[in-house]
Amino acid sequence: MKFYIALLIMGILTQNFVLSKFLGICPFLGVSKKLNTAVGMSAAVIFVMLLATAATYPLNILLEKNGLGYLQTIVFILVIAALVQIVEIAMKKYLKSLYKALGIYLPLITTNCAVLGVVILNIDNISEYSAYNFGFGHAMMNSFAAGAGFMLAMVIFAGVRSRLETADVPKFMRGLPITLVAASIVSLSFLGFSGLVEGLGLL
Amino acid sequence: MNPIILAVIIVSGIGIIAGALLAVLSKIMAVPVDEKAAELEETLPGANCGACGFSGCSGYASALSSGKTENTGLCAPGGNEVSAQIAEIMGLKAENIEPMTAVVFCRGDSENAKKKMIYSGVQSCVLASQLFGGGKECLYGCIGLGDCVNECPYNAIKLCNSVAVVDSELCRACKRCVNVCPKKLIDLVPKARMTAAVMCKNHDKGAVTRKECKSGCIGCTKCVKACQNEAISMDNNVAVVDFSKCTACGNCVDSCPTKAIEIILEKK
Repeated sequence: MKFYIALLIMGILTQNFVLSKFLGICPFLGVSKKLNTAVGMSAAVIFVMLLATAATYPLNILLEKNGLGYLQTIVFILVIAALVQIVEIAMKKYLKSLYKALGIYLPLITTNCAVLGVVILNIDNISEYSAYNFGFGHAMMNSFAAGAGFMLAMVIFAGVRSRLETADVPKFMRGLPITLVAASIVSLSFLGFSGLVEGLGLL
Repeated sequence: MNPIILAVIIVSGIGIIAGALLAVLSKIMAVPVDEKAAELEETLPGANCGACGFSGCSGYASALSSGKTENTGLCAPGGNEVSAQIAEIMGLKAENIEPMTAVVFCRGDSENAKKKMIYSGVQSCVLASQLFGGGKECLYGCIGLGDCVNECPYNAIKLCNSVAVVDSELCRACKRCVNVCPKKLIDLVPKARMTAAVMCKNHDKGAVTRKECKSGCIGCTKCVKACQNEAISMDNNVAVVDFSKCTACGNCVDSCPTKAIEIILEKK
């Protein structure tokens, strides 16, 4: 149980996917202009991350058994792309309003490196946290935490950007430059959480 | 087995399974698409301005295809061209749309209109108008903070000396600015021909208007008498031009003591 909480805190605060691992920067900068689109995108990302982990974790066992671990990346990309498509088709049929709300973000997740990142890191975690018996449940928890961390970063940054809109920014810094500077400062502030998991005695 | 062949088999196997699954699912879960609505949406300009009274272009397209409306002439930005295309797709009669343009009926710029205070609050006409009716003496004039400028999807409105001015070349008559202006100063005017227009909506008595703005309508009725076609009438201390009768002869422009009347769309 302790290890589950440790994974949650690591994914959201100390090893935030966007702010300390720098994965999923593209949607982080692209979709964080408005709060509700940021939340919608993050919700979709959490959903796809969980689904992708559930599909790729057993697949990896199959690959490892045949000594084909090096095929990880290409197989995972294939599976994630197909999954997103299936989710899109199913959602269009059964959850029309959610489909309309997510709009273009759903297919965009296919190319979101955070999703591929989380499934590959889950596999790496098996050897890294072998002392804790890292298994399927842990992998799912890790994916959820990564998605929640993504959401936290998006929501915080949406707030920062709405303040930036009204700020008097020097002309040469307007637009993307000031956004990147703000992102780095937000990322810096998350460094304050480092050591939290060890400090709480969870690891 | 040769590991290379095994790798190829596994990857292509997953690809084939995923592909087959997708193909089957897209057949099973296919959502019927209204082809006519999709085609109509292609024809419509796609500005989602709401001039038709439906929620965006897709709303109008589905209303047309489902028979909720048979009026093909609701898309003002698209004009006659789109109306004809819609009529062709739906097999309906094409409506004739007279091209219109929005005009801001105020010339109270910072030179003409007196200020009663320096407004330094939120830059929004709607909010400013709630604070003693805006920064200018005239309660009917353009506040000049650009709510219409922000609303216009075609970038057709500019602020010129703290009065909004519509560029008739760019305006597509979607009526968004008409609805957003807190002073109701903006109206649609036929685009194809010149017409005279009283550029003021101040309903105060003449003496009061004169103190507030150099180019306000003081309600002297000189233009009513000067007009040959009886196109000008008085409405509560303001002269109003009936655009359907106006021939743009210019008599009223010459007669106006405050130069509040002008021939609009003169360039063409």
